[in-house]
Amino acid sequence: MLDIIVSVLTRTIIAGTPLLLATLGEILSERGGILNLGIEGVMSAGAVTAFIVTYTTGNPWLGMLAGILIGMILSGLHGFVSISLRANQVVSGLAITMLGLGLSGLFGKPYIGRPLPNRMPRLDIHGLSDIPILGGLLFNHDWYVYLSVVIGIVIWFILKHTGMGITLRSVGENPKAAESQGIKVNRVKYFAVMAGGGLAGMAGAYLSTAYSGSWNEGITAGRGWIVIALTIFALWQPGGAFLGAYLFGGIFVLQYMLQPLGISPNLLSMLPYVATLLVLFIYGLSKSGQRRMNAPATLGEPYVRGER
Amino acid sequence: MQIDLLPREKSTAGLNLLILLGSLLTGLLAVSVIFAINGVNPAVAIFAIFKGSFGSWYGIKETITKAIPLILIGSGLAVAFKAKFWNIGAESQLLVGAIFATWMGLTVGPHLPAVLLVPLMFVSAFIGGALWGMVPAVLKVRFGINEVISTLMLNYIAAEFVKYLVVGPWKGKTKGGYPYTDDLPAQAILKHLHYTRISPILLVLAVIAALILGWMVYRSRFGYEIRVIGENTHAARYAGINFFRTSVLLMAVSGGMAGLAGAGELMSIHHYLSYPETLSAGYGFTAIIVAWLARLNPAFTIVSGLFFAGIIVGGDAIQISMGMPAATVNVFNGMILIFLIMGDFFISHRVRIRFGSTVHA
Repeated sequence: MLDIIVSVLTRTIIAGTPLLLATLGEILSERGGILNLGIEGVMSAGAVTAFIVTYTTGNPWLGMLAGILIGMILSGLHGFVSISLRANQVVSGLAITMLGLGLSGLFGKPYIGRPLPNRMPRLDIHGLSDIPILGGLLFNHDWYVYLSVVIGIVIWFILKHTGMGITLRSVGENPKAAESQGIKVNRVKYFAVMAGGGLAGMAGAYLSTAYSGSWNEGITAGRGWIVIALTIFALWQPGGAFLGAYLFGGIFVLQYMLQPLGISPNLLSMLPYVATLLVLFIYGLSKSGQRRMNAPATLGEPYVRGER
Repeated sequence: MQIDLLPREKSTAGLNLLILLGSLLTGLLAVSVIFAINGVNPAVAIFAIFKGSFGSWYGIKETITKAIPLILIGSGLAVAFKAKFWNIGAESQLLVGAIFATWMGLTVGPHLPAVLLVPLMFVSAFIGGALWGMVPAVLKVRFGINEVISTLMLNYIAAEFVKYLVVGPWKGKTKGGYPYTDDLPAQAILKHLHYTRISPILLVLAVIAALILGWMVYRSRFGYEIRVIGENTHAARYAGINFFRTSVLLMAVSGGMAGLAGAGELMSIHHYLSYPETLSAGYGFTAIIVAWLARLNPAFTIVSGLFFAGIIVGGDAIQISMGMPAATVNVFNGMILIFLIMGDFFISHRVRIRFGSTVHA
């Protein structure tokens, strides 16, 4: 029984990692006021790019960098359309998703089903991974898992305790006031959306070069949309992203394990979406709740500079 | 040289059309670049796509078949988008419509003649889609929940529910273990034109519905309210428009149209409820671009629906003839959509390029 619990928890961490990375990215983007619905496409593009680069160079680290880079490029396009051209962010994001899924299907086709010669290695902390139970659970993962935790803590620290964090939040809350403080609003927005896209690309890279070690169309399997839900579930807080990502990752793992007990996997996989709606609903019950939820005030709205 | 971006006071219909065509062409050009990078001759591939969809009788027939759901959904989405209600839940409104129609067909269907059953299934599908569409409207107006998020969540909830139905309680006894419901009774099946998969009833329904919605948006009191809400929510409140009532009603129309598309696919093409991806086939998302290309005029979705149906059919054709992946269609859709919204910028702004050095504040 203990074995099963440890195995479920271990796999929960593994399944939660791509969700965590991409959710942290979407939090950055949305904190800056840019809704990026393109995550599913960005993740997929990150996955295929990382796979191709790792496959040809044999170096999963280069693959990771390539995944991050393509994520930044695609979300930079979203930034250009929605920041500079002030277009509708919903439609632009959907276009990015279609484009990302399309491009990765097109360029990834020759690589479908090929096994990766070397995946992202495990970080074997000598001694620690031999500890019973905890060793296997916490100290026997690949680099991505630990990097995602470190990135999460760094983003939490930046948002909470640094001037940079305040700058980002003020841009999403009240760009006019930020502008009058001398903040280059659009530059910050570009930074936020591209950093966020980079993390989504990294999440994709994790899927193809660490999690599965292969590429196929549909590798993201809707994770990009779960991330949109998770960002709200987390109330735009990195701490909430940790909680939500591992919780939703756990549902991923349990989905088919509980089937023999008569629990429908389909009803179970509805849970993340129902939970997100429920969170929104509970906060939405009162006006004060809607304020307490603390959504970035100008999320999704284009910013026109210097409307004097 | 200096480039200035100036707001444009008014735009003419001719300019709109010019920018639209310009966006489409630039989009196709960008797709060509992608094809070339991928080592495919873009001229050959793009020619093959349009030859596959509009270049033969078979292609044209298939294009019309796939245009029907796109017109139904796209015209409904145009209504919602006109009010700046970002309904991205058409996928699931289609599914809920199909669930309602299936239930009607399998329970009371065997006891009714076609003249009663077919309209009854369409009405119940419309109601199903409408109810599912009204949920995000209520959530938005009463509880301040962003409709993009709620429609997205509802998409997944409905899709998982359909899966649950077809592997669980609704699994057909005659389907040998496959995750399908039993076939609908024969009188629920829509007849096709000879040697096609086009149901004339459905085609007429789609075209008339799009025209009626076009009239509704631009000529009726309700349409006026929709447009005022879309232009300025605050002004709408001052103009005495009941924000709650109008939002719920317009989403009922938008969702109901997607529900009709669900019933249509079910009764004309599939004949039983199966996996959600099979039934909705991404129409709910493609219809977003259909509505956008139609400049949010429901009547124009008849044209833009045909265009994107053509790309879907042509995409299938090059899978076979050129061995390109199914995702190629997504490259098309994504590129065209992104250039369309880029084009919108030039409708509201004009670019002035000046040469020589000019000094000004």
